[in-house]
Amino acid sequence: MVRLWRLAVFLFVVGFVLNLAGIVGHVVVSSFARRWFATALPGGFTTAWYAYSWREFQLDQVLAVTLVVAASVTALALGLGFPAAYLLARHDFKAKNALLLLFFLPLLIPQMTYGIPLATTLYRYRIGGTVAGVIAANLVPMLPLAIFVMLPFFEQISVNLEWAARVHGATRVQVFRRVVVPLAIPGLLTAGLLVLVTTIANFELTFLLSGAGSQTLVVALYYAVFAAGMRPIYSVDAMAVIYMALVLALLVLVLRFVRPTQMVFRLDRRN
Amino acid sequence: MLPAAIYLLVMFVYPFAYGVALSLQDKSGGISLANYLAFFLDPWQARTVWVTASIAVPNTVLTVLLALGVAYTMRRGIRMERTITTALVLPIALGTVLVAEGINGFYGPKGWLNQGLMAVGINDAPRLTHNYTGVMIALLVQHFPFCFLMLLGYISGIDPALESAARVLGAGPWAIFRRVMWPLIAPGVAIAFALVFVMNFGVFPSAVLVGQPAGATRTIAIAAYQQAFEHSDMSMASAIAVVMGGCQLIGLALILVLRRRMAATGVATMGAGKR
Repeated sequence: MVRLWRLAVFLFVVGFVLNLAGIVGHVVVSSFARRWFATALPGGFTTAWYAYSWREFQLDQVLAVTLVVAASVTALALGLGFPAAYLLARHDFKAKNALLLLFFLPLLIPQMTYGIPLATTLYRYRIGGTVAGVIAANLVPMLPLAIFVMLPFFEQISVNLEWAARVHGATRVQVFRRVVVPLAIPGLLTAGLLVLVTTIANFELTFLLSGAGSQTLVVALYYAVFAAGMRPIYSVDAMAVIYMALVLALLVLVLRFVRPTQMVFRLDRRN
Repeated sequence: MLPAAIYLLVMFVYPFAYGVALSLQDKSGGISLANYLAFFLDPWQARTVWVTASIAVPNTVLTVLLALGVAYTMRRGIRMERTITTALVLPIALGTVLVAEGINGFYGPKGWLNQGLMAVGINDAPRLTHNYTGVMIALLVQHFPFCFLMLLGYISGIDPALESAARVLGAGPWAIFRRVMWPLIAPGVAIAFALVFVMNFGVFPSAVLVGQPAGATRTIAIAAYQQAFEHSDMSMASAIAVVMGGCQLIGLALILVLRRRMAATGVATMGAGKR
């Protein structure tokens, strides 16, 4: 009985991973296909769709926007989140639970739910549709993400180190710059990478806030898939592969620092 | 601290309040429930609540049960765990749009799956994309890994000594699960239910790209989006967003009530530190 159950689970996991391989593999193979129609593999291969895709979807401009948005959101999330996470890790105060809730809600509530009112507000102040609007909106979930990723790292830094520095005559600023910041670098790095890769892959808010010149790669990909039939599907898949390469490159970096289960477990304990 | 809190107050709490206020405004600027009435009295719009629920509820149950089964079996580690968990992070990192495009290809009528089925002689397999099934597949591919990693983290955090003790005292695998592990896992499963349900209820890109956005999978998020950006009716769009949020809250409340009920049925919970 137990054996049978284990076998069923094993087969399911294998099936799921195969299904993932099929989903990703189809996109990759299709992007290199000369023409592909109901056969196991395309008849001929070409790299021409990448040049076509780059030109037709104006990927140079789209990629520039993507990188500007991702870099700005990361810098702002770390800049604003660092002091917040540090104080949350070090001090207990009355409003702490209310603050934790305020930081947690944007992560819990789906972006479509608060994205509509947020977009309404930003369009009213004429920030909607611009790159600034996309950055401002993405910061809403990314700032809490940065804070919650950094929090456990800061809690691990011993307060005694700070006291020791103070006893030896360091000022508060010196303690922060010479003791806290160097010890916090792993946390900053992890949070920064996670925010970077999440922002690039973040769809809903960017979709609601972006206009003609402020689409990120994933939003441009959405429109291309949505308007399937306007352009050859192979060129859409070429764009998908470019997007995938960008995300995977960053993901490899992230996984060097974080184990997926460990990250999830930490976030979970924090709630 | 202050800048981060202020930013979220201005960009999260204020728009929410503004959206709720806007949803209560009628065409002449007065305060009324006109938008909500219009939404619920228009069958085309009101139907989206049912459509979304009929996707979100079965998918949540399926996702959580599968994830629980696999995570429970893998609780003390298995071979190639690191490889498997890394592979599972892929769909989370790649995001809904890319997964949707891949599903359209792989599960499509000309995709590898259908070719494989035809090779073994199944020629009239049901269509798997651009309909309800497509959205179910897309959501499962997207949320199973998330749910699995969360539950795996939760379950492997339980002290293995409890289980060993039960085994020494003669409990079989089913008794161990039912009497020892389940009471400890239940809170984590409730959290998983809540998170997956809320995400499923807000489904947008998958419902458009792999579904049938003008019919069978016109979810409430699509209705809100169309009202805001195709009809430029922001107060109606806000009303729909509020209805969507309300449904998500109702779902959360139901899950919490169920969980309390289950805790109250009085299974022995020795060793469960927090309740």
